[in-house]
Amino acid sequence: MSNQAFLSGGELPFCKGCGHTGIAQNTEKALQKMGMNPLDVIMVTDIGCHGIVDKNFLTHTFHGLHGRSVALASGLSAALNNPDKKVIVFVGDGGATIGINHIISAAHLGFNLTVVVHNNMLFGMTGGQPSEFTPQGFKTPTLPDGSHKNSFDICSVISSIEGTYVRRVTGIGDFSDALAETFAVKGFSLVEVMEMCPSYGVKSNPGMKLKTVVEASGLQTEVFADTDGRVFQPNKKEQTASLLNPKYEVTAKFSHNLSNKVKIMMAGSAGEGVQGAADMLAQAGMTAGLNVTKKGSYPVTVGVGFSAAEVILSPEEILYNGLYIPDVLIITSQDGLDYSKPAAKKMTTGTIFIDASLEAPETGAKVIKVPFREKVGARNSALASIFYYTKKYQSFEFEALKSVFATSKLSAKIDINIFLDL
Amino acid sequence: MIDNNTTKKVFVDASRLITEACVQAGADVFIGYPITPANLLYSYAVARYPEMMAAPDEITTLQWMSGFAAAGKIPVTATSFPGYALMIESIGMAHMMELPMVIILVQRLGPATGTATCGAQGDINVIHGSLSGGYQLPTLCASNYDDCWTLAGKAVHLAAELRSPVVLLTSKEMIMTLRSYDWSQLPNIEKIKLNNETKASVYKPYAPQANLVPEYLPYTQNKHQVRITASTHNQAGILQNLAPEALENSARLQEKMLKNLDTFTYYDYDKQEGAETLLLSMDVSSQATREAAEELRKQGKKVSVLIAKTLFPIPQVYLEIAEKYKKVVVVEENFDGQYRKLLFGYAGRKGVSGINGIGKMISPNEIMEGVNNE
Ligand SMILES: Cc1ncc(C[n+]2csc(CCOP(=O)(O)OP(=O)(O)O)c2C)c(N)n1
Ligand code: SF4
Repeated sequence: MSNQAFLSGGELPFCKGCGHTGIAQNTEKALQKMGMNPLDVIMVTDIGCHGIVDKNFLTHTFHGLHGRSVALASGLSAALNNPDKKVIVFVGDGGATIGINHIISAAHLGFNLTVVVHNNMLFGMTGGQPSEFTPQGFKTPTLPDGSHKNSFDICSVISSIEGTYVRRVTGIGDFSDALAETFAVKGFSLVEVMEMCPSYGVKSNPGMKLKTVVEASGLQTEVFADTDGRVFQPNKKEQTASLLNPKYEVTAKFSHNLSNKVKIMMAGSAGEGVQGAADMLAQAGMTAGLNVTKKGSYPVTVGVGFSAAEVILSPEEILYNGLYIPDVLIITSQDGLDYSKPAAKKMTTGTIFIDASLEAPETGAKVIKVPFREKVGARNSALASIFYYTKKYQSFEFEALKSVFATSKLSAKIDINIFLDL
Repeated sequence: MIDNNTTKKVFVDASRLITEACVQAGADVFIGYPITPANLLYSYAVARYPEMMAAPDEITTLQWMSGFAAAGKIPVTATSFPGYALMIESIGMAHMMELPMVIILVQRLGPATGTATCGAQGDINVIHGSLSGGYQLPTLCASNYDDCWTLAGKAVHLAAELRSPVVLLTSKEMIMTLRSYDWSQLPNIEKIKLNNETKASVYKPYAPQANLVPEYLPYTQNKHQVRITASTHNQAGILQNLAPEALENSARLQEKMLKNLDTFTYYDYDKQEGAETLLLSMDVSSQATREAAEELRKQGKKVSVLIAKTLFPIPQVYLEIAEKYKKVVVVEENFDGQYRKLLFGYAGRKGVSGINGIGKMISPNEIMEGVNNE
């Protein structure tokens, strides 16, 4: 027990008789019982009547958006990662409605914090509209006939998540022990305080007693789950290696024959090695001292449909990394053909290498049919095509490609000779 | 000509450079929710950031980031329009709270979910209008790999220096394309540390210093009370309705950006004597624009090039430069020229035109045709 003040002593900013007053006062009392230092406590408050109390607290305060306070507190708690600090979230039943996902996820991940749900069964600040927590028969200014559904039972929902501490109390009189027990939990805890909004709740339901509503709606005031100690463990690394690893450096040891850039489009099917082959072609170009770019194109489902790549090989620095109109188009499957028809149509010069099984597209380019699929199988057709291209076009020394292939993982699985006699 | 003995050429994508630069600059944590085409940034983050958090959605992402920022950490995230749209309310919160963080927005083709695997430059207006009330998020935009390195580092520094969310705007083809790149000349990036002390005896979280940025104290310390809020507030961080001190504080949020804008105004101005045409571009379209200018000059046509790298707040110097040209051609990959309209208004100006498009990168040929047909 300490007698340090947690509230500034001024008047609380609520209507007369508002249940929020009792929660603020009991929170102070609970923190005093725990002997907390006010500046080791961070009060995170939501938007709603309950949230404007932050100015009265002598703790650190953190006041954000409607419904997001639990997520804000979660980030803070994870960052503090300190059992000596207490993060307390004040949220209304309105905020708990719009932000229920944050409460579920905070409970699931076990962030070290306490959520205090101020359940006055309606939206106070905006004029008494119903929330998901409005119980059956309860009237509000915008629901004059009363709610037709049962209230949402947040305690049942959250206590179904392993490793949480969850309880419901009726916010009348001194309930500071219940709050202190909840605050003392290491890990995620939630306490739902049932209370009334005199301005809208009492006015719309004259004579109705808080205890009666709670009982009638079947909401138990008890401890639903009492796990302590399952605390979120941050995913931290003492030391991580630079991403600028020299192993990515490519030394130019072969020669090339290009005086102008060559723009190559490769179009095939997903799962047939188009991206890997394009990477290999570009890397081979680099080992021959060329500048290169490689850009991939594929539908969102990477495992099916077309897969296309654009490679530029250039003796000069490459600025624009698109092709506009390709100089060389390599088509290894029907998907690839369908994808690249517009590009083929635009070509008035250049060459198209197309699998022998496919029909030549409309184009002004020279078309050469090659039996890639028949000779090496569909899966290796894209690889075969870059060997074929390199041999045929001589943009750079053939050895460059062979050497890049030899150092790749594929070389252990595929015999290079299948590509050499196409 | 670059000396072959000192060059170190690698085959890399720019996501790698951006990630490394952010970490070297002092970013502490990456908080992310997956989305194409920002996923490479996410994957690299797993390997490189000191701390990594997989958030359950983008609203949570921004809220967690704000929590981390209030505890003295600099968080980074990467997303694309659908995620950014969810973040907007929270970005406004972090801006009002004055919390340091970097949001990397990787543009893809909209509207809506659009085509995730196609690049675009269609989110310029969204960033410009992210904050209610005419305020601006400092927004940097890389035009090539060198910039990806430098500006990613600067974005982290700026977030800390301005106490603000900073947007690093990029697009699919800028950060997912693999390129041969000489990384031997990358400038060193200094690690920034957030302040966690105050000279004041009574700390006021929103009392401005000379540069209009308030001193920053995290919740980790227990010497001074810290009040952080996104509601209109006075210097002590206490909610006020329309008190003059509070409105002054809100106005300061924009004044602090403008006051410090000189420290983060980045652009390339490639001026050709006698040119009457200015090509203006940003992000991945810069490369096509530079190439078009080279070609046009080879054809004997005189053109200057302005590449905007600080998009917001808009540096006055862009307008001063544009003023000098009879013709200004703004190149951007969106439907109707968002940046052009921000610079010149809907009324436009005689001689100002745009080269725009959706669904594919704008090519140097299109730019040249545009200039030649003028
Ligand atoms: C995103 C968003 N939607 C709506 C609002 C408007 N709003 C402010 S407070 C509030 C409800 C408050 O009700 P509750 O959370 O139960 O708190 P109480 O006022 O009863 O304490 C709403 C909907 C808002 N601020 N932000
Ligand atoms: S409106 Fe209702 S909830 Fe808000 S302060 Fe008044 S009594 Fe409390």
